Order: sequence, then C-alpha cells, then structure tokens
Amino acid sequence: MKRFQGTATYIASRDLEVAVNAAVALQRPLLVKGEPGTGKTVLAQEVARALGLPLIEWHIKSSTKAQQGLYEYDAVSRLRDGQLGDPRVHDIANYIVRGKLWDAFEAPEPVVLLIDEIDKADIEFPNDLLLELDRMQFFVYETRQTVTAKHRPVVIITSNNEKELPDAFLRRCFFHYIRFPDRETMERIVQAHFPDIRQELAREALNVFFQLRGVQELKKKPATSELLDWLKLLMIEDLPPEVLRSQDPRTAIPPLYGALLKNEQDVHLFERLAFLSRRQQR
Amino acid sequence: MLAHFILALRAAGIPASITEYLTLLRGMKQGVAEYSVDDFYHLSRATLVKDERHLDRFDRVFGEVFKGLEPPEGDPVRQIPEEWLRKLAEKLLTEEERKAIEALGGFDALMETLRQRLREQKGRHQGGSKWIGTAGTSPFGAYGYNPEGVRIGQEESRNRRAVKVWDKREFRDLDGDIEIGTRNMKLALRRLRRFARQGAATELDLPDTIRATANNAGSLDLKLVPERRNAVKVLLLLDIGGSMDDHVRLCSELFSAVRSEFKHLEHYYFHNCPYERLWKDNRRRRDTEVPTWQVLRTYGPDWKLILVGDASMSPYEIREPGGSVEHWNEEPGTVWMRRLTDHFRRSAWLNPVQEGMWDFTMSIRMMQTLMEERMFPLTVDGIEAMTRELSR
Repeated sequence: MKRFQGTATYIASRDLEVAVNAAVALQRPLLVKGEPGTGKTVLAQEVARALGLPLIEWHIKSSTKAQQGLYEYDAVSRLRDGQLGDPRVHDIANYIVRGKLWDAFEAPEPVVLLIDEIDKADIEFPNDLLLELDRMQFFVYETRQTVTAKHRPVVIITSNNEKELPDAFLRRCFFHYIRFPDRETMERIVQAHFPDIRQELAREALNVFFQLRGVQELKKKPATSELLDWLKLLMIEDLPPEVLRSQDPRTAIPPLYGALLKNEQDVHLFERLAFLSRRQQR
Repeated sequence: MLAHFILALRAAGIPASITEYLTLLRGMKQGVAEYSVDDFYHLSRATLVKDERHLDRFDRVFGEVFKGLEPPEGDPVRQIPEEWLRKLAEKLLTEEERKAIEALGGFDALMETLRQRLREQKGRHQGGSKWIGTAGTSPFGAYGYNPEGVRIGQEESRNRRAVKVWDKREFRDLDGDIEIGTRNMKLALRRLRRFARQGAATELDLPDTIRATANNAGSLDLKLVPERRNAVKVLLLLDIGGSMDDHVRLCSELFSAVRSEFKHLEHYYFHNCPYERLWKDNRRRRDTEVPTWQVLRTYGPDWKLILVGDASMSPYEIREPGGSVEHWNEEPGTVWMRRLTDHFRRSAWLNPVQEGMWDFTMSIRMMQTLMEERMFPLTVDGIEAMTRELSR
C-alpha cells in the first residue's frame, strides 16, 4: 500500500501523515477532529486521491441511523407492490436497499470510506457501528446473508465535537486533532491553492486574517476554508494590496468581509471596534 | 519501557487501554514509525489519545517518560505551598505597572530574581508589589499581569531547553475538565433527557395510518410523526472564585457530566450572585464578558436554567444596589435573579453546601426564597430531585 504524504493541494503536517499511515497499515478507522474549516472532510478526498482509491462518502445528519449505512428494508414499496399484485413481491431481496457501508465492503478494490460529521447523529449511532467497523462484516436478517468486506476499506471519520463519542468506539480508532495552521503552514496552503497569487496580496491578506483571528470575542473565528474563499474573492475583484494595508479607520473592516465573518454579531463587533479606533484617532 | 509509559499515561488520567497499547505495538511492528522519535511520538499520540483535551497531558507525560525529565528535588520552585497561589482576586494592571515589570529585565532576569526572593521570603503574602503571592504586581505568582510568564508550580525550566515537539505544549488550551467519578452524576442527569416530539416527520404513526388507510378505501395512506429525540437545552451558570474555591472540584465534575448528555448546553460563570454581566472563560474573563440581557435574549424560555453556587455571601450582595464585592452594580442581585427565573420556564439552583447547613446562612435562605424553594444539594439524590423538578 502506498504511503500518504500530502498532495499538491493539501498540505499535511507530519503528525497527520503518521496518523493516516497508521490507520491504513493497521486497517482501523481514523477519527479526525478540529475547528470547522480546517480541512477534515477534504482530508478523505485527498487521501483517496493520494492512494489512488475510489472514495465513498457517507454524510451524517441528525436523523441518520446506523442501520441506514448497512442496508434498509423498503417495506413501503413492498406493501404497495403487494397491493398492486407485482410478482417482484415474492423475493424480499428486491426490497433491500444497500447502504454506503455495504457498497464499501463489496467494492472490488479497496476504497476510502468517509463518515462525515459523525457527531451530528444520535448518541447511540457510533455504538451501533462498533462491530461493523471492527470486524468489517454484518448480517442481513431479511435475506439471512452475511456481508463481509472483500477488502477492509480505509475509514475516515470526522467530528465537530458537538457530542462526545463513546469510549468503546474511540478505543477502536486512531485519533488526530487538526490544529489550526500557523502562519508558515498557512502560507504554504495559500501557495498550494493559488500558485499565481501576487506575493504582496497574499502577505497583506494573511496579516488581516491573523489579526482578525486574534480578536477574542469573535463568535466564529474564520478558518482556513474561509481564508481561501476570501482570497479567491480578492483575486476576482483584483483589489490592490494597498487596500488591505491601509490603516484608515474608516476601512477597518476588511473588504469583502462577508467571506470571513459569518454572523451579524461579529460584524457589529468589528464595526464597534472600528468606531472606537476612529474616536481615538481624533 | 512502553508498559511503563502506558502506566504513566493512566496515572495522569489518560484512559489508554491494553487494546490501544497492542495497537501501538502492532503499528511499530508494521513500521509506521520507522525509527524516528518524532514519528513515534505522532504514532503513539494517534493511538493512545482519543480526546483533544488529553493532548496536553499526553505531551507532558511523553516528555517525562522519554527524557527522564524528573523534576529536580532541590528546586525551590517546586516547594511553594499551593495555598499561596490560590486565587483571591484578579487584577488588571495599568500601563505604567506593566512597564515597571518589564523594567525588571527579561525572562531570565525574572527567574533569577524569583530564586532570590524565594530564599528571602518567609511567609504567605498577598497583594503588594515585591513578594510572591497572588494578585499583586510582583511578577511572580498567579492571576496577576502575565500569568503565562512565570507560572509557579509548573516546571518552568522547560523554557531553557531546546524545545521538542511535545514540549511546545500546543494543546494546553484544550485541557479542561475531569471525567473521573462522574458516573453517578451521569445516571442522575440522564433523567433530564426529555423526549419531545420535534423536528422532521420520520416515524410511522401506525394508528393514524390505519385510520387514514380505512378512510382511503383500503389503499395505503402513510402518516408520519416526528421522531422522539433528546431535545433538552440547558443553560448552566456556575459560581466561580471566592468562597466557591472549595467546591470547584465538585462543580467541574458536574460540568463534565452534563457536557456529554445534551445536544444544547451552554455555560457562563458568575461570582456569588448573577448581576448584569456573565462570562464564558474565567481565565480571560475581561475578554469574554457578556451582558446578562444578551444571555436572556439569546436563550429562549424553553432552556432549562441550572445555577450552581454555594450562595454563601453577605446579604447585601443580594439585596442592595452596589452590594457586589467586585464592582458597582446598579441593580441588586434580587432583580437579576428574578429576571432569570421569570425568563426561563424551568430553573433550579444546585448548592454544594450540605443541606443541613443551609439554615445557618442568611444568604442561602434568601436565595432559596428567590428560587421559590427550588434549591437542591449537589449530590446524586439532589440532582435527581432537581431533574424531576426541571422536567415536570
């Protein structure tokens, strides 16, 4: 199996590489946590690309059940077919709908399986998947059939920490916490995404960005993905770097701030700070 | 060697298990770490730590185990009685005072002076500007200016060595609550879960389906109802500092117990009695203060309010405007207590003081009246009674 080393568009720190490689080598799930917008979901896509494996994504919502990842028995359409006298009704297998885990287990080659935002689901969700992720097999009651993984998939699980995960589940995973990147790493990330950005603009934008993150009271601090969106906007608008550098208090709110600040309290806070600094200058 | 490491981790309160230990060994056998200490550090961290709150603790244990970093016994810094450092007040210094501290010289100079002072000083000290203690302008001690600078009671010598990855301790901010001994509390708090029908219609309503199907002359008409889901929202107000210091351990246990039980849980701190401002992070109190009005507006009446505090204070702090020990409050604590209890449909007060002692403290009786007798002791039974009250 190839080793994961980050890609041209994804800058992985050494500890992340080790964690991914450990998960791949020992065929255990990798649990990734971190601030929103630091590239948890993207990681799975990049791992799949780097290892040259197809990616199966399973996005979790608050209503998602563990069973849905395995299979679902579509009783309603069977009932309807029964009423309409459809011959399909005699074979129950016609009404078993495969879930993402089944797809991943039965795939002809190893795949990368992303279970995205596992903390969104019910508290019991991770517990319900323990055995399936451990043994990589499950039993279909309706057809009395055992589904076993042909190749154990590389499982990457992300969590935003909205709920705590059960110990028994954690015990079976590798864990990595994506730290917010420091300035140097951030420059590499920006380079990787916008190779033709003007150096000056990138520098000034990063200055503004880290200043903004330094404000303690922000409800949602902008993260990597917000920075990249903002840079893209700046490049489209073709703003000169001087605009970002200007210490003029009237423009204390960065241009196109909508990409960085995501709720009105934060914007108000910023306006207030700008107002205060204007008063001080007078 | 490694077994020793695991035991050290467990002693530090990181719940690493045999399974994880075996996984680590298997990982090394497969050559994931490949003879590099840094890679071994990364691998063991990914294997043994499952919660970012433990990362900092892990870094410390790793440093101690693999560098033989025994704190030297003769170091006077280790011998400072802890009570000196117990926080009594937080103080923000003026610009001049900060400059004065800077004038004492750089960090190394401070450390040298600290050593000298330690030799000279004989007793506990608070305030003032020279001796070591709390809340003063002396550069040594806690909760004064630059608490990160010289933190007594930790191994400060770290700052003098070449810094290794695990010595940077980048996860320090994430280390938080303790999880030990919360089992009983969890059981009691589980009662707080209220099953409310909210959200999208996802569950088959069988009686309604039968009725609708019959109405429909036998052809199927499915009726759905929203699924039962845990929808309890809890707003926690924690008393911190001053007379609560004795109860902080109990409270943080309660806090970590609550955290894992609810989808919505918010917490704020207050001191003695809630007034017009609450705060989110006690270490950065000045930065994280929010007006109580904003809290009232943000969280709807369906949130369940739980106040945790010993309610032991001077009666003036509850009754009189300006009674607060910390600042001038325009409106007395009674007004704020009434606003809080009026706004939230369900509220309760948890008190770590033994129930038998309540009648001997006037302020507890006053709070009990303000809460309309919804004050409960901070015990498993008390929590059960509280959850019954909150979920009625």
